[in-house]
Amino acid sequence: MIGRVLSLGRLMALLAKETIQMRRDRLTFGMMLGIPLVQLMLFGFAINTDPKELPAALVAPTQDRFTRAMVSALELTGYYRFVAPDATAAEAERMIARGDVSFVVTIPSDFGRRVMRGESPSILIDADATDPSVASGAISTLGTVAAQALSRETGAAAPAPGLSVVVHRRYNPEGVTQYNIVPALLGVILQLTMVMMTAMALTRETERGTMENLLSMPATPLEIMLGKIVPYLGVGAVQVVVVLAASRLVFGVPFVGSLTLILAGVFVFVMALVILGYLISTVARTQMQAMQITFFFFLPSLMLSGFMFPYRGMPGWAQALGEIFPLTHFLRLIRAVMLKGAGLATVSGSFLALGLFVLVLALAALTRFRKTLD
Amino acid sequence: MTDPSAEPVPEPAIAVSGLTKRFGDRVVVDRVTLSVARGEIAGFLGPNGSGKTTTIRMMCGLLEPDGGEGRVLGHDIRRERRAIKRRVGYMTQRFSFYEDLTIEENLRFVAGLYGMRPVGRAVRDTLADLGLTSRRGQLAGALSGGWKQRLALAACLMHKPDLLLLDEPTAGVDPKARREFWDEIHARAAEGLTVLVSTHYMDEAERCHRIAYISYGRLVAHGTVAEVVAGAGLSTLVLTGGRTAEAARALDGAEGVEQVAHFGATLHVVGRDPDRLRRAVAPVAAETGARIDPAETSLEDVFIKLMGEARDNA
Ligand SMILES: Nc1ncnc2c1ncn2[C@@H]1O[C@H](COP(=O)(O)OP(=O)(O)OP(=O)(O)O)[C@@H](O)[C@H]1O
Ligand SMILES: [Mg+2]
Repeated sequence: MIGRVLSLGRLMALLAKETIQMRRDRLTFGMMLGIPLVQLMLFGFAINTDPKELPAALVAPTQDRFTRAMVSALELTGYYRFVAPDATAAEAERMIARGDVSFVVTIPSDFGRRVMRGESPSILIDADATDPSVASGAISTLGTVAAQALSRETGAAAPAPGLSVVVHRRYNPEGVTQYNIVPALLGVILQLTMVMMTAMALTRETERGTMENLLSMPATPLEIMLGKIVPYLGVGAVQVVVVLAASRLVFGVPFVGSLTLILAGVFVFVMALVILGYLISTVARTQMQAMQITFFFFLPSLMLSGFMFPYRGMPGWAQALGEIFPLTHFLRLIRAVMLKGAGLATVSGSFLALGLFVLVLALAALTRFRKTLD
Repeated sequence: MTDPSAEPVPEPAIAVSGLTKRFGDRVVVDRVTLSVARGEIAGFLGPNGSGKTTTIRMMCGLLEPDGGEGRVLGHDIRRERRAIKRRVGYMTQRFSFYEDLTIEENLRFVAGLYGMRPVGRAVRDTLADLGLTSRRGQLAGALSGGWKQRLALAACLMHKPDLLLLDEPTAGVDPKARREFWDEIHARAAEGLTVLVSTHYMDEAERCHRIAYISYGRLVAHGTVAEVVAGAGLSTLVLTGGRTAEAARALDGAEGVEQVAHFGATLHVVGRDPDRLRRAVAPVAAETGARIDPAETSLEDVFIKLMGEARDNA
């Protein structure tokens, strides 16, 4: 009975053929391994490095010794580089709005007086937090640095005044932590390569005219689908190893949870992705169309999955929309397991959702598959 | 109760009736009824776009007919596509094997799909059978037309089908390779293989046991070559010598003359009615100094007439 829809011999023939074709297509093959590495390095470093020497503007109406001490202390941290050391408040505002500086440090004119009187002085730091992870290192060191500089200046004898540093994270009040990004990148990279490659699976046969021949031979839709997607599971596995190793070794992302659970989650996710790609290829008539559909799907999934913006920060309808992307569930799963050490019980919902994707997408693909050339 | 004189009639390899296919609102195949006996080589002819490929695709289950029905090797063409695919070898008009696979890899793929065991032996035998052994490591995409055709033929023969559907298998192939190809086909037919082959070449049509001619989607003639020629009801006169070009001009469109065609230094003049034809030709021949001889009507003349007729009632 099962031999009618799935024969091992036929599946092996299809797999052998797909594997040879994949290997011979040097460019695509290289891309499949190159893309994850390049992206991980690009995104990973762009988001993760603790950027130094960020341009800053100083607004200090009275340039006394306390002001100078504060500036040199900030510069010594290596995070700040004062490109405009004597700006007016209006100038500084324009500079940060344009993005010329990442910080504006404002030291009020009564700063020195308050220090001398032993009152608690305050300074204001405006940080351009459009890219929050860039600014976070610079901000986190701020309090201690400023306080130390001040107590050095006033002398050990004087009682250390309670310095208050007021930080305004501008443009993006939410802080996204860096560790959030690298595991999420795994999902994004897998999604890009897996869906894109498998979306071409059938359209390539149609465009090269080999579809007519394939359909005239006794291969079943299930065999053809498996023949097309299984080789990409192998490619996905290589990508996963590369990205996980790099996130551990290069970026030092902690693996708090169980590796088995992580890999199981990745497996179901990749299954959903390759079948989604295959489904696209049953709908598209040309490779160009397949590409367009892939990107049509790709962008909203980046926006709404919680990769770009915090999922919980989105309005209800957007969250509901986000649920229809496998990436959303994968991000939830991988962040919970990898970073918080969640167990199977906690993430079973995500597993279930991903499993449902696999099932529904596979059924849709098998139904959509055109057994004739009509 | 059984009549001892009645031989059991074997079911034909192909029996379709009223087969119809539309693309949009264009009827591309229009109620085609055709039967091909087992062991027969049937030629399928017709001008470009007449629906040959479409008809063949419906026979092997690659297109769903919009009307009509049919059985191929005893299987229903709508409901038993898988059974048909197993027992039919289909050679597509356009080369459709994998150009990034070698000859051997392509054949391995085919052998695997048809469940042939052991695959290695099947591939080796097929390679040897069709003289492909020395080139087995070449990428299919790098082969010349003749070798591509040979690979395609090898691939559709390897699972020992009972019916071969060949769609213009010799287009762009040199005469020697064509000759070898036809020898191969005839040898297989002698062993019981049924072949339906579409072609534009008259000499190939004449190598078939029977031919079917389709025009604008309609089957307009079928039978042996002699039957089709006789059925067209044409007579032909050949003018030899004299000023042929001038004669051709005078006869073109003349009363009782259907076609005028140059063959080397001679002129073939074709008409429906022998007497009217002769009345039209005689004065022109006298004037241009040509000799008149009666001749057999050629298949080509018949086809050109059929094409003209089909257009008239299309
Ligand atoms: N998938 C399709 N969609 C729309 N029209 C089609 C399709 N396939 C074929 N046609 C049209 O149907 C007609 C018949 O095509 P078909 O390929 O069957 O002709 P053919 O006799 O094989 O011609 P040729 O000798 O040039 O190979 C043509 O006009 C063609 O344009
Ligand atoms: Mg054709």
